[in-house]
Amino acid sequence: MKKHLRKLFERADAVFDGAFPPGANPMLQLGAMGWFFYWIVIASGIYLYIFYDTGVTEAYESVEYLTHTQWYAGGIMRSFHRYASDALVLVVLLHLLREFVMDRLHGPRAFTWIVGVAVLGMLYASGITGYWIVWDKLAQYIAIATSEWLDTLPLFAKSVARNFLHDSTLSGRFFTLFVFIHIAVPLIMLLFMWIHIQRITSPRVNPPRGLATGTLAMLLALSIAFPAESQGPAVLSEVPAEIRLDWFYMFFYPLLDRYAGLLLWAAVFALTLVLFAMPWLSRFKQAAVAQVDLDNCNGCGRCVQDCPYNAVNLQPRTDKLPYPQEAVVNPDLCTACGICMGACPTATPFRRRSGIIPGIELPDLPAGLLKDKITGAAGKLAGNDRVILFGCEYGPDVTSLPGRNIASLTIPCAGMLPPSFLDLILSRGIADGVFLTGCREGGCFQRFGIDWTEQRIARLRDPYLRDRVPAERIGRCWAGVTGKTALAGKLRSFQEKLKGLENGLPAGSGENGRNGTLKCAN
Amino acid sequence: MRKLKQVILQVTVFALFGAFVGVFANYPEYRHHDPQMALIKLNFSHAGETKEECRRLTQEELERLAPNMRRPLDCPRERVPLLVEIRLDDAIIFNESLPPSGLARDGTSTVSRRFTVSPGRHVLQALLRDSRGNTGFDYERTAEIDLRPGQNFVIDFNGEAGGFIFLL
Repeated sequence: MKKHLRKLFERADAVFDGAFPPGANPMLQLGAMGWFFYWIVIASGIYLYIFYDTGVTEAYESVEYLTHTQWYAGGIMRSFHRYASDALVLVVLLHLLREFVMDRLHGPRAFTWIVGVAVLGMLYASGITGYWIVWDKLAQYIAIATSEWLDTLPLFAKSVARNFLHDSTLSGRFFTLFVFIHIAVPLIMLLFMWIHIQRITSPRVNPPRGLATGTLAMLLALSIAFPAESQGPAVLSEVPAEIRLDWFYMFFYPLLDRYAGLLLWAAVFALTLVLFAMPWLSRFKQAAVAQVDLDNCNGCGRCVQDCPYNAVNLQPRTDKLPYPQEAVVNPDLCTACGICMGACPTATPFRRRSGIIPGIELPDLPAGLLKDKITGAAGKLAGNDRVILFGCEYGPDVTSLPGRNIASLTIPCAGMLPPSFLDLILSRGIADGVFLTGCREGGCFQRFGIDWTEQRIARLRDPYLRDRVPAERIGRCWAGVTGKTALAGKLRSFQEKLKGLENGLPAGSGENGRNGTLKCAN
Repeated sequence: MRKLKQVILQVTVFALFGAFVGVFANYPEYRHHDPQMALIKLNFSHAGETKEECRRLTQEELERLAPNMRRPLDCPRERVPLLVEIRLDDAIIFNESLPPSGLARDGTSTVSRRFTVSPGRHVLQALLRDSRGNTGFDYERTAEIDLRPGQNFVIDFNGEAGGFIFLL
């Protein structure tokens, strides 16, 4: 199920890749889009609040004034407020589902997942109270249904639903209370959103400008073509018979008319519990976290800069080496991606005097073992199109890939591979080419593995690939799990190209994208 | 050409996204109640009498208690359940014993029910017993009502105000 959903997401990514420029694929910006919609909701909400009046009749009248008399500003703002809230639910649910199917919820990521689930609950509380304060027929239905549902819990000394029994029992103070809740909950939600991104470095909280502009244009067009309107004033002596529900927030309300309140509370409680427990419901083995070797760490901080999870920090030196700082790994945050080893300048296979022990590495796949694996695998290759293929643990299974003269190695993340290893393979003639594959571009399981690898190979990020390494002998195809066939094809083309290079032909770069990346059309 | 194709695709994506949001923010319409029918809503909270009367403690019983606990009356907190019956045109549409709330069963009894009824003239009778007796009712109200389609007719209760309140 999860596997199929992952493929579905990857196929959707491929479709959106065709429509949007690199880096602006909305399916890869769901979190950032969530933040963007949140700010639209807040900005439009502040405007609406200026004109909103709390009172049994004043509430509806003030919203009507905004919608009709002041349609050019208040009406548009109301529509922005509603539709951005709906879009927010949509992207948050998609974000949640995506992270689940991509397995980005285990180990150190469980905390972020739990906070995200809490944010979702607050989002629903904010949205439903927002509909309540308009005090139209929809609000009447929501108020009565919600309060009767709340009354099924043995928590309130006095029935909440009695407040909405009749127009004579309704108090304007209730609106003041709900406006307060409608403002307070989103503010608390903002705090949780901030906590949600604390365990990652450089979180994407703003979508690219083009995507943001397009989204605003879409909301404006929707607001003009289909403005948000009330459904007639609430009259408690009449039953709101037919109502237009906002299904993004109110999909469960029809269930309240069919099932016992306590049964639905049990269902909500169970669902919440399952969502919170999700990181521990499927099998996950946390690999051994990165280890610092102080004898080889000079506290340069490159691992700190490249770690996607804030798991590596610098602290004052604890040994007698003449450097001010040393790297230290927080095991609670480390996902064992190995990107820190890829960033470490001492992770070089050319070292002879002290052996291959970098300043930071993964105990399960230390640099020395990686070198041995490379040389061991390459020993079986022969000819002039010998390729060492590196695949990450979350991309296509490279060990089962068809093809000859290819030695496949799986590493935790492409970003784990220091550029010096590419140098070793090519300058020592261990193979004729190196090919890297992994998750789809923009969807790296370890967030920055692809980006850092590309930048290091393009000599834009430290540690740089040395100038002597021929870039045309390094192929990349970020295929994801759905791109195995495309990957096999690109690999064949790459091997053909390598044969040509040996014959002194010019380096082929026609189909290469970003500095030699072969675009994998899925 | 490629750029134009990309722009067309982007407009399509945004249009589909906007349409999806716009449609499901409003449709499909949900029918919560048949508009041709009326609704009678029974909703109130009321505390019944205590299950037992207060009893004066004997001198012996008082002496067995700590000096600061010597209250002359022993008043058990538990209340009797309410018996509520609603009749519409002589047919009983509701008859339930409502237990008091609270761990010590000393709180109010609460009821919240909805009855969908045909509009038009009806004779509505509401009865309630909140005393320790086993027969009859302590409160009763009968009225001829004329319900409109879609009307929400409320049966409330306030013992201090004389009993049942019919809110049109």
